Amino acid sequence: MSDGHGVTNIVIAGLGGQGIVTGSDILAQAAFLAGYDVKKSEIHGMSQRGGSVSSDIRFGPRVHSPMVPHAQADFLIISESSQVLPNRHRLAPRGRLITPDAVPQLFQGDASQHAARMINVALLGVLSAHLDISETHWMDAIRGQLPEKLQAMNLHAFRQARGIEALFGTLTGEVRPRPTA
Amino acid sequence: MPDQLLTGNEAVAQAALDGAVSLGTGYPGTPSTEILERFDTLGGRAQWAPNEKVALEVGLGVAYGTARALVTMKHVGLNVAADALFSATYTGVAEGLVIVVADDPGMHSSQNEQDTRRYAEASGAPMLEPGDSQEAYDYTIKALELSARFQLPVILRMTTRVCHSKGRVRSRSERAQVPAPRYERDIPGRVMIPGYARPAHVRLRERLANLARSEAAAELITEEGQDTSLGIIADGVAAAHAREAAPGARLLKPGLTHPLPIEAMRAFAAKVERCVVIEEGDPYLYTAARAADIPVEGKPERFRFGELNAERVQRILSGDESPEPEPEAPGKPPRLCADCGHRQVFQTLARHDCIVAGDIGCYTLGVMPPFEAMDTCVCMGASVGVGLGLRHALPADQARRVVSVIGDSTFVHTGLPGLAEMAYNPPSTGHVLLILDNDTTAMTGLQEHPGTGRQLSHHPATSKLNYEAVALAMGITRVHTVDPVEAQEEFEQLLTDAMAADELTLIVARRPCPLASRRLAAFQAEQESCS
Repeated sequence: MSDGHGVTNIVIAGLGGQGIVTGSDILAQAAFLAGYDVKKSEIHGMSQRGGSVSSDIRFGPRVHSPMVPHAQADFLIISESSQVLPNRHRLAPRGRLITPDAVPQLFQGDASQHAARMINVALLGVLSAHLDISETHWMDAIRGQLPEKLQAMNLHAFRQARGIEALFGTLTGEVRPRPTA
Repeated sequence: MPDQLLTGNEAVAQAALDGAVSLGTGYPGTPSTEILERFDTLGGRAQWAPNEKVALEVGLGVAYGTARALVTMKHVGLNVAADALFSATYTGVAEGLVIVVADDPGMHSSQNEQDTRRYAEASGAPMLEPGDSQEAYDYTIKALELSARFQLPVILRMTTRVCHSKGRVRSRSERAQVPAPRYERDIPGRVMIPGYARPAHVRLRERLANLARSEAAAELITEEGQDTSLGIIADGVAAAHAREAAPGARLLKPGLTHPLPIEAMRAFAAKVERCVVIEEGDPYLYTAARAADIPVEGKPERFRFGELNAERVQRILSGDESPEPEPEAPGKPPRLCADCGHRQVFQTLARHDCIVAGDIGCYTLGVMPPFEAMDTCVCMGASVGVGLGLRHALPADQARRVVSVIGDSTFVHTGLPGLAEMAYNPPSTGHVLLILDNDTTAMTGLQEHPGTGRQLSHHPATSKLNYEAVALAMGITRVHTVDPVEAQEEFEQLLTDAMAADELTLIVARRPCPLASRRLAAFQAEQESCS
């Protein structure tokens, strides 16, 4: 999925402390390793203190602006449900919204607290099933962006989430209808 | 080196290393902060200065000594450093001095939206404007070379979207060769008494004219796109938005935006049917073009505010005046961390109905609910002076409620002269200065400063500024130190006593930032495991 120039637009949004920037770094690095031209942009600063954070990632043969244009995100990844409304306008009419609802089985039982800290990587796993980036590039990107002691569990979360679509044979990303005026 | 995916800030740091910068210095400020941290990580010599003015003066000294320097700051930092800048362009430099200034259109983390291009014009400093990470790398190298060759400090103007966006960067394989540092005496060139400054001003204008005429300046201009029915003149990241909004249009990017390649702009405008200037912030390029009688269109006033993007550029190009789309709900604003020591302080200030002259840092969030315990916030260090002014003006019963609140890093930055003023011109009701010492520059991402006793790299420094001793030396007699969380009642008592005392009081509320403490512990554990 991409615009007329072959550029794929993705927005990742959530709250400060959820690993939004790290998640977008992994995605950008994976696309970079896959040989695409990549631009990634986000706002740091005040957002570090628990406020809203969002990051734009764009890749394709040639990317100019680092910002995803209005209502042109092919994928909108939200790691905290309260952040859907402030960001939904970024999504293209046929774009896909991916929220933690897409990976409910990762949040059951003893593993849930553990998984909450890897929500960003798990959601990338769901996304990855829709993108033309090989699993090797994803793995290399995750290893490159995370400290060694966190790598194994994040790689596991990524693989599990990446397999969800295959397991259930359905679209994992949920598209919520736009409000009628 | 293989291509890398870097932020604009990381690209500047890599270029500083490859461009043989011998010292990087600056003061933390979003979105510029990561440049020096990265330069340090890459093996460059990087250090935090107490403020931007000192940083620029140190950089200037390096460049007088025939070595290369990089000085970094956010846009408002250049206000502090401006005194040095406006004479540094007169004295010039013996080697490359590049001042990286990061503007924040849209004010993501700033108190104003000032446009640094005005400073380049006002001070006479040449200015380059990269629009992405590759240009951030290339232009940093170019700025160092131009500075050395034309003997002028050069401003590299970044913006938030250039600093914090990532893109592909190809760097040089070889490091620049520069001569060994040496001092060559040039008294008329470096001592700005009026008799020497008058010819120095003439020399500055000659150097700028030489630069404007040079091949090097011409090489910075890029022109592309086939469709001459629409021509766009754009700088920085605005050019990338313009390229996206009008893919076929002929596009001129000056690269060097002071001195402007005005004749190239004139020739460009003459060969396109319609010429539109696309720029963020002030109408800098537009005004210069119109003053030179070049027929260009500008943007409606509302696009002076905030960042541009491809969609806003499309609106400018098509004259679309319809309202811009807005989110269905506002985002969540930042707030003080749950375990932050500032919380206790602002609860206490609110409880006593203090009139709080505030300052810039994490603690500015004390203005947010549930505290709403900050009444003014203007610029770095302003809490002290503004609080004193309020005390001078207000009737005694209100004046006694005025408290100046400043963080440790901000106190070192520009609060120190305020403390001297407090001792020198005390209000009749006295005054209360509260230093919230959390042992870090928290808001910008936990940087060190002279009061933490640690260097930029977090290794121990040779000294640690003692605020209490400084205050005593300046003549403040009532000096107290308290942990506002562990000794909450004592803190409250000290504050109420100080407000009633009609004397000058300094209270240092000392409570380390939990984020910084955890980061420091991790750093120290890592150091021990390495040794």
